[in-house]
Amino acid sequence: MPEFYYAHPLLMAVLRGLAVLLVMFPIAAACSMAERKVSAWIQRRPGPNRTILPIFEGVPGFTFLQRLGLFQLAADGLKFLFKEEPLPHHVNRLYFTLAPAIAMVPAFTTITVVPFGAYLDSQGGIVPLVLANVDVGILAVFAVASLGVYSLILAGWASNSKYPFLGGVRASAQLISYELSMTLSVLPIFLWVNAPGMPGTLGFSRVVEFQSGYSGWGGAWFVFTMPLSALIFLVALFAETNRQPFDMPESESDLVGGFHTEYGAFKWSLFFVAEYANMIVGSAVFTLLFLGGWNPLPWLPLVRLIHGLHHVTHWAFWLYPATSGVLSVLIFLGKIVAALFFFMWVRWTVPRFRYDQVMKLGWQKLLPLSIANLIAYAIAIYFMQG
Amino acid sequence: MAIISVQRKPLSFLERTYLPALASGLFTTIKYLFGPAETLQYPEQRPAIPPGYRGVPALVKDPNGREKCVSCQLCEFVCPPKAIRITPGSVKPNAGVDQVEKAPQAFDIDMLRCIYCGLCEEVCPEEAIFLQNQYSMTGYSRAEMVNHKDRLYEIGGIRPDQHFKWDVKKIAEEAAASGGHH
Repeated sequence: MPEFYYAHPLLMAVLRGLAVLLVMFPIAAACSMAERKVSAWIQRRPGPNRTILPIFEGVPGFTFLQRLGLFQLAADGLKFLFKEEPLPHHVNRLYFTLAPAIAMVPAFTTITVVPFGAYLDSQGGIVPLVLANVDVGILAVFAVASLGVYSLILAGWASNSKYPFLGGVRASAQLISYELSMTLSVLPIFLWVNAPGMPGTLGFSRVVEFQSGYSGWGGAWFVFTMPLSALIFLVALFAETNRQPFDMPESESDLVGGFHTEYGAFKWSLFFVAEYANMIVGSAVFTLLFLGGWNPLPWLPLVRLIHGLHHVTHWAFWLYPATSGVLSVLIFLGKIVAALFFFMWVRWTVPRFRYDQVMKLGWQKLLPLSIANLIAYAIAIYFMQG
Repeated sequence: MAIISVQRKPLSFLERTYLPALASGLFTTIKYLFGPAETLQYPEQRPAIPPGYRGVPALVKDPNGREKCVSCQLCEFVCPPKAIRITPGSVKPNAGVDQVEKAPQAFDIDMLRCIYCGLCEEVCPEEAIFLQNQYSMTGYSRAEMVNHKDRLYEIGGIRPDQHFKWDVKKIAEEAAASGGHH
């Protein structure tokens, strides 16, 4: 192991935090391009495919990147940086400017407690890769993520015009309605994971560890053992991230642009980076809780994959901590990308709900369902572990 | 007519969860995702222009290269938005067909006014003005958007002629002059 691995803990923490941000930002930005491309493909269009730097024109590999819209992404980003920042005269300047910044904070804070991979140490134990491996895991995510709605409310209120205001009001109502069922839907998992006699935890690492068995209940991902929880969580996730069919705060067709009607240029793009960052964290949490985290397949945990590869090829290289670390991160990222694709896929499949339908679904359907689900699993778990 | 009352079938439990409908919707959209794009890559690929398309109006010449317009000004009079402005002139002597007396000295079509109605083409007794295939007309100034006579002939080009009206007339006159029956 290189020496810097054991550098000052504070320096290490800063470096690791920067590394995660350096991965998060490009993914969040690439999401905006992926969104446009997926939208285009579903509508049988090619999507943005013409922008290219003149010096790269005609170079074979770059033609492919051009058709993927990679340079369009750069052009969009630069445009947002350099175009004029409009500040309507009727807004509350302080809060109007503060709102986009506040949107970024919870989006990038929640990622600290989300493990994004694991490596095998020399003793063969699994060590999760996470910025802060705290026991409050899921609680921290729920607590901080729900602060995200403040930016929407603030933006809607500070804009001082009717459509942004309605957007902000809808955002807060929607968040409250779906937060409950979301939290209740994941409780069975933690009831199961925290079996009597075990050290109790609400962290994600233990949940993934629980899904890393070889056979029987242990190896099954929670999406198979708790499909209803997974469904409720997924629907609530769509509502919490304000994605279609739940994009009430934005809903272009009835609220112009919703909470960001008065925004433009870089402030507007901050809202969108925050939305995509929220989607990434949401997908990560869903993957960790229900899709087995960094395990490649159900009943095929990471450890078995690595030992299997080592067994077949006899390369010591597979047993290095770095190899398993990179492999697990790649598997995890693959699942997140698949989940993000699902977000975009659903966007062009399901039309937007009416506001009363959103409320009805949240309070009259999902909430009783998640409570019933919790009670049923609590009884089942009592008899299984009792 | 008897009223036929149709019993609405009650939804099954599965249908009321919307999940089968969602799944079939997702299947439809993913099919589209892998389908071919319908987009025409415009500047490289051009749309096929159907026959009878009404594009930018232009003046044409006959296969002998003679300008067909005799500046009768019918198109100018019929033009609903008054986009056409003709200054009549006389044909140079010995220009080929002496029976034609007039030709336009200037022929301007203001493309900012033109509504592509095709009345000029319809009214023209000489089949000299046609709305052809050109569908894209751009310019940086108002002056650029006025098509003058030379530009109109450039767009129009030469069009096959079935009648050769003036040639027929010329031959008939020559035959008469050379002493047929009076």
